[in-house]
Amino acid sequence: MIRVSKNPSIDTTAKLAVVSVAMFAFVFVVMVPLYNVLCDALGINGKTDGTQYTSVPVAVDESRTITVQFVATNNEGMPWEFGPSVTAMKVHPGAVNDTVFFARNPLSKDMVAQAIPSISPSRAVKYFHKTECFCFNQQPLEANTDAEMPLQFIVDQDLPTDIQTITLSYTIFDVTDAVNGSVAAR
Amino acid sequence: MGDHHHGPAKGLSRWLFTTNHKDIGTMYLWFSFAMFILGGAFAMIIRAELFQPGMQLVEPAFFNQMTTLHGLIMVFGAIMPSFVGLANWMIPMMIGAPDMALPRMNNWSFWILPPAFLILASTLFMEGGAPAFGWTFYAPLSTTYAPPSVTYFIFSIHVLGLSSIMGSINIIATVMNMRAPGMTYMKMPLFVWTWLITAFLLVAVMPVLAGAVTMMLMDIHFGTSFFSAAGGGDPVLFQHIFWFFGHPEVYIIILPAFGVVSQIIPAFSRKPLFGYASMVYATAAIAFLSFIVWAHHMYTVGMPIAGELFFMYATMLIAVPTGVKVFNWITTMWRGSMTFETPMLFSIGFLVLFTIGGFTGLMLSIAPADFQYHDSYFVVAHFHYVMVAGAVFSMTAAVYYWLPKWCGRMYNETMGKTHFWISFIGFNVTFFPQHFVGLAGMPRRIPDYALQFADFNMMSSIGAFIYGASQILFLYNVIATIVAGKPTSEEKVWDGAEGLEWTVATPAPYHTFETPPAVR
Repeated sequence: MIRVSKNPSIDTTAKLAVVSVAMFAFVFVVMVPLYNVLCDALGINGKTDGTQYTSVPVAVDESRTITVQFVATNNEGMPWEFGPSVTAMKVHPGAVNDTVFFARNPLSKDMVAQAIPSISPSRAVKYFHKTECFCFNQQPLEANTDAEMPLQFIVDQDLPTDIQTITLSYTIFDVTDAVNGSVAAR
Repeated sequence: MGDHHHGPAKGLSRWLFTTNHKDIGTMYLWFSFAMFILGGAFAMIIRAELFQPGMQLVEPAFFNQMTTLHGLIMVFGAIMPSFVGLANWMIPMMIGAPDMALPRMNNWSFWILPPAFLILASTLFMEGGAPAFGWTFYAPLSTTYAPPSVTYFIFSIHVLGLSSIMGSINIIATVMNMRAPGMTYMKMPLFVWTWLITAFLLVAVMPVLAGAVTMMLMDIHFGTSFFSAAGGGDPVLFQHIFWFFGHPEVYIIILPAFGVVSQIIPAFSRKPLFGYASMVYATAAIAFLSFIVWAHHMYTVGMPIAGELFFMYATMLIAVPTGVKVFNWITTMWRGSMTFETPMLFSIGFLVLFTIGGFTGLMLSIAPADFQYHDSYFVVAHFHYVMVAGAVFSMTAAVYYWLPKWCGRMYNETMGKTHFWISFIGFNVTFFPQHFVGLAGMPRRIPDYALQFADFNMMSSIGAFIYGASQILFLYNVIATIVAGKPTSEEKVWDGAEGLEWTVATPAPYHTFETPPAVR
């Protein structure tokens, strides 16, 4: 190929410009999804995948008893009363368990909340299945009302035997502004 | 390239519209020095506040703004543009090119820089104050809890990122396409090599930084939740993205410094650089490793143990190519006919102090130990040994080394040596005690501290004032040289210096190498 009087620097520049645009895109289309995939796959940060689990019928393992503890935290500035109805349950792997969390909106305005779960130890994430959880959806509450929010879960039979206690922690966030379309108070 | 001989245009328009690599290099250097003084002034406020325990001079909120702006301005305003300026001045002269490959873009990449920093500095006067979340701007401090001025901060990061990308594309295009006939890659001076590799790092990671601040912008204004757990995002993701940029960034800062020192040490040892090829490969190895070690900045976020181990070993691996470089510099000096002019003093100061900074870096790389050092003054001491005694000392050495070539006048050697010794002592008095208070548990970025740290902090502050004052001497020496230094017209200002830049007239004419030189 003969390129008479064409400046090779233009070529180099074009290629490098493509690289920098590609790196910008890389952050959005690779790094973010990859991070989420890795967190799900490895159970890092105790992040649960937030999706419903369809149970496979299996025998309940009555020989083991696992203590499941419930922790509820309000994110900074979130005024709701929020907590588990019981703070701990003793369950058998494979059994379907039900409990409820309690929430009350003490303010005189309607609000929407989102609970985000986290499990400790993080190795237990893969073995803790939620078949029904209030965290799958946002929870609206009108002014001065309360609600019981259901949670149904199964501890997997394959849970490593050295884990005897699992802590399920929920942090509740105020997402009223985001839901109503008006972006945060700025 | 059939340009006829003409000098620079007259007046202000010379600087506004110039496409001359020397003019643009000069502007970069002066701009970065101005930023160095500004960032230094912020550091003086920090050290004045920390002179005694208790709250003395400034409000805690303002203190946080000072630590944030000091970091941002020193990294993005002082160190990076200073090396870009040096690249502009020296790379065409070192490879026998008449100018940079893309002169018009060169002008742009400089001139968008001052507005970016004007915007950043103006946040100080905005409601809610300047950004106060540290130069690492971790979410949610920089999103949910940020002052309104954060939007201006984001815009200024975008602009200076664009400037860096344009500058580095220009450097790569110049080095790849404009070398004089016979100037093969493995004959290029090491400064050119380190800058070529640095420029590739910049093209790869500045867009990542732009991505991070764009996500912040979207979280703040457009209701997305990249870094907000409430919407399914994760603040830890911010740290991963930031440090994926941030770790290569520290090599972006230090690699050109390695290049400078690799030019100066042989010149004053009167021996060729020992292990040229291994220097090139070590630089490339460091650049590669910089992409796979980022999470060593975040050992405490709760990574799986396999992750901690991987990042720990990968980080320790960097000590190998870095060690190759340090030993090569020492071997270059071995049995050389050494003299100790100011550039050499600063280079040796660099070598000693950077190595100390490297060792504390190794200490920090040990994941289990890092849990104690994390976010303490030990970290502050570590990165100031590599940033100040590393990058800034080598930059200072470069100015003394090439200043006679740039302006055809010699600087005052006594004043230069005085500058070195005051800097060297001031720097160590400032930062060495910070190792001790850090190991004893003093956290960074806090305007107050426990009483037992009082003596060391007072020492630190006194050292900082000494170091700061020594830079005024530097400024005076440079201006005095330009205005009234002893004229010299020797092409080779330093008798041991090698390279094409020493074959052109002194002072370097406005246009050099309009016909390419012959390289043996």
